[in-house]
Amino acid sequence: MRRYIPYLLAGLAFGFILVKSEAASWYRIQEMFHFQNFHMFGIMFSAIVTGLISVQFIKYLGRRSLDGQEIEIPAKPPGRKSYIYGGLIFGLGWGLIGLCPGPVFALVGTGSIGALAVLAGALHGTWLYGALKEKFPH
Amino acid sequence: MDTLITWLHEPWPWYVAGPMIGLMVPLMLVIGNRSFGISNNLRHLCAITQPRHVDVDFFKYDWKEHTWSLYFVIGTGLGGFLAGVVFADPDPVALTPAALAMMQSWGFTAPGGTLIPPELFAPTVRNLTFLFTAGVLVGFGTRYAGGCTSGHAITGLSTLQLASVYAVLGIFAGGLLSSWLLVPLLLQ
Repeated sequence: MRRYIPYLLAGLAFGFILVKSEAASWYRIQEMFHFQNFHMFGIMFSAIVTGLISVQFIKYLGRRSLDGQEIEIPAKPPGRKSYIYGGLIFGLGWGLIGLCPGPVFALVGTGSIGALAVLAGALHGTWLYGALKEKFPH
Repeated sequence: MDTLITWLHEPWPWYVAGPMIGLMVPLMLVIGNRSFGISNNLRHLCAITQPRHVDVDFFKYDWKEHTWSLYFVIGTGLGGFLAGVVFADPDPVALTPAALAMMQSWGFTAPGGTLIPPELFAPTVRNLTFLFTAGVLVGFGTRYAGGCTSGHAITGLSTLQLASVYAVLGIFAGGLLSSWLLVPLLLQ
């Protein structure tokens, strides 16, 4: 239990930021997909740049993690189809309801019944993929 | 102190929020050599609840190794509660005039202090059915692609992975299609 507290706190910060930045807002997502505001693009680009620089820094320092493991960044499995098709299907859902998985958890925390319905749907979708995955190109 | 409280209630600009989100990637690596990503938890939740007689191979693994990740999303929910309820921002989302006009052309009222429109998220049977169905797409798609906005767009791109470039292109194309065609068609 105790060793999971850092993850709990990091998650708490993440949920707080998602709501405060309004990345968990359907309105902001529609605005983004219609290129009407730089806000969401600014969030994504600055997050990626910050991640990129700090990951290079960690690699350069070659430090271990706080629990003594050698830090390594796992490579995503090779392929193309699963990423494009999966991304498309997820994007279709995201564009409709304006919530990706992080904001879904954050909004469930605010007590939104609607967000809870999205979470229930997402769990069923995940299960459906698990049951049918052999039938789809990867 | 008052400034801090005010700041906690206000919406944050992208140049504050974006870098903070980006720092999740090194933070997870430094805490315990973990990859930042949210949608994997949907799989873990399926693995935890799968009844023995259902037996889908994809959910047969030791989910306990991913307990850290479940704590992370519990934290995300708590963070959402703190930011959205305890330190709620009373002002409506400040959309650009263009976005506001678009909302009105879709028959949505201007934002009124909540992040999500009541027209779509108020718990009516029609809304909940719609949200559930779109949620199925989100769950299916993220697992098919092996990640969502956090795992691919943020972790994947900031660790320079080609797979994530494909995924992000797919995600953005799907979102454009949905936001330009399906939203006006289905929600108007």
